[in-house]
Amino acid sequence: MSSDPKETAEPASIETAATAAAQPARLAATNVVETPFQRFLSEYCESKIAIVAFFVFAVILFVAVFAPLISPQNPYDLGQIDIMDGRLAPGSTTFDGATTYWLGTDDQGRDMVSAIFYGLRISLAVGALSGIIALVLGAIVGLTAAYFGGRIEAAIMRLVDLQLSFPAILVALMLLAILGKGVDKIIIALVIVQWAYYARTVRASALVEREREYIAAAKALGLSSWRILLRHLLPNVLPPLIVVGTVQVASAIALEATLSFLGIGLPITEPSLGLLIANGFDYMLTGKYWISFFPGVALLLTIVSINLIGDQLRDVLNPRLRR
Amino acid sequence: MWAYLTRRLAQAIAVVFVMAVIVFFGVNVIGNPVDILINPEFTEAEYQQAIRALGLHLPLHEQFFVFLSNALEGDLGISFVWGEPALKLIAQRLPATLELAGAAMFLSIVLGVPLGMYAGTKPHSWVSKSIVSGSILGFSLPTFWVGIMMIMVFAVMLGILPSTGRGDTVEVFGIEWSFLTWNGLTHLAMPAVNLALTNIALVIRLSRAGTREVMLQDYIKFARAKGLSQRRITLVHVLKNTLIPVVTVLGLELGSLIAFSVVTETVFAWPGMGKLIIESIQVLDRPIVVAYLMLTVLLFVTINFLVDIVYSLLDPRVRVSGAGK
Repeated sequence: MSSDPKETAEPASIETAATAAAQPARLAATNVVETPFQRFLSEYCESKIAIVAFFVFAVILFVAVFAPLISPQNPYDLGQIDIMDGRLAPGSTTFDGATTYWLGTDDQGRDMVSAIFYGLRISLAVGALSGIIALVLGAIVGLTAAYFGGRIEAAIMRLVDLQLSFPAILVALMLLAILGKGVDKIIIALVIVQWAYYARTVRASALVEREREYIAAAKALGLSSWRILLRHLLPNVLPPLIVVGTVQVASAIALEATLSFLGIGLPITEPSLGLLIANGFDYMLTGKYWISFFPGVALLLTIVSINLIGDQLRDVLNPRLRR
Repeated sequence: MWAYLTRRLAQAIAVVFVMAVIVFFGVNVIGNPVDILINPEFTEAEYQQAIRALGLHLPLHEQFFVFLSNALEGDLGISFVWGEPALKLIAQRLPATLELAGAAMFLSIVLGVPLGMYAGTKPHSWVSKSIVSGSILGFSLPTFWVGIMMIMVFAVMLGILPSTGRGDTVEVFGIEWSFLTWNGLTHLAMPAVNLALTNIALVIRLSRAGTREVMLQDYIKFARAKGLSQRRITLVHVLKNTLIPVVTVLGLELGSLIAFSVVTETVFAWPGMGKLIIESIQVLDRPIVVAYLMLTVLLFVTINFLVDIVYSLLDPRVRVSGAGK
């Protein structure tokens, strides 16, 4: 669509008109109707589990971000760990009784609490980073497909369908077999695995939104395609995108852990939760359960809390379930 | 119908071809097989000779043509590690994987559909709520960690189930099967449950959602108004309409079970092709990697094709709208 000289002038006046019209209505109704955010908040809080999940995730996020500050030791500083403390059971103390290993130690004498804090940091970083890149990529592709339609859409959706017909782990396996090991490689693999989910979601809701009057109005005003896409279409397809995003980040974290456990994901220099569990697996058969049990619990809490948040968001943001 | 079939078949063949291109160029262009295959102490002459012997002196598109024509004859190269044809090695391990996936599929249907439909028909009972929470957990639990914990509980602590291998097998039609002996069944139990977990959760959610949606339809209200018993409504009218998405997804999940068996097989040392592929990726045994990927792609495309056919039989709207495009 070509740009129009009126483009800059018109939307501003429309927007001010809209806000001006909305203002008195909102003022009049303040006592009765909540703002959208308040309504969102109160609907989210209807589920006690969702509230718990939110706080669990907040704690996990805090631990991951501040791991170097709150860990009892730096588990990867060889000066701070003592191999003589290797494989101590949870609750053991050091020889001089100065330190207690609340969750035990691994084979190197590394405090499991610290190892898990650092592991969470790596797992969350990889999951979130790949999730965000995939979200942006998927949203752009999905919006483009829905807005332009025709051949572009057909080609993109054929590609999405093709990829989604293979399970994530197989695509990741294929990519990692080709690319090899490394942090960058696993992020690339996770992005390629995930983008299609976002693209499909965005396109599906954009197809509905595309037919709405406000898009027709924006087109009639002669706005540029990009402006319509980013300022008008994108905000309206955000809710389903956020829901898919939470679930996808959780599954990216799980997938990374799985691949790292299999020995084809992150290198041992980046000890994510998956690698900690893999390490503990070697000692499992001798009954030293804590080396892989506790990192697994941390992984589980992370994934479950994100999924529960996503589940509640899905219910709250779904207009079809609006009561 | 025939037009739809042919169109769908052509699509399937195209997908296999595209995947062959991706796998071949991915493995051979991004990774350089020369570095792995050829002894670094070779002289220049020996080096050139080895490249010739491997066919690597040809331009890439010709190499691809050779690869493709060999692949069509069932020759996907010889394993660097085992010294045997890659396809043969994978074919030997295929039954173990199929047995595991089949057992997991069986578990997900017999457990998932009834539980999901129950949760869908009585959404407010506490049993339904715990079924739903359980299914969320089933989705969230990382398979490999659950597997490890199962080994910890049932093999290490309780000592009632074996943790590795297939146990005793019985040969039927020249293929070894574990599920026909008691010992084999005990070996199969943990891996099958482990592999089925996510799938059971998926089936529960699908049949619950399907049931809830179908229950609101006019034809269910009509059936109720006609005076049909709740039992008949649930088992005939709801079940039939709920099954459409479940069948599709389950069909597609068969492939995903085979792919995910990679994880379960590694945890339980189940001697299937999933364990082989992980070991092969780690030691860069490229012929096996290529063969596994091609075989899985073929398997997936076949499954998707069959599911689409079944789906179009169940829901005529699919082929009508498909033919119009």
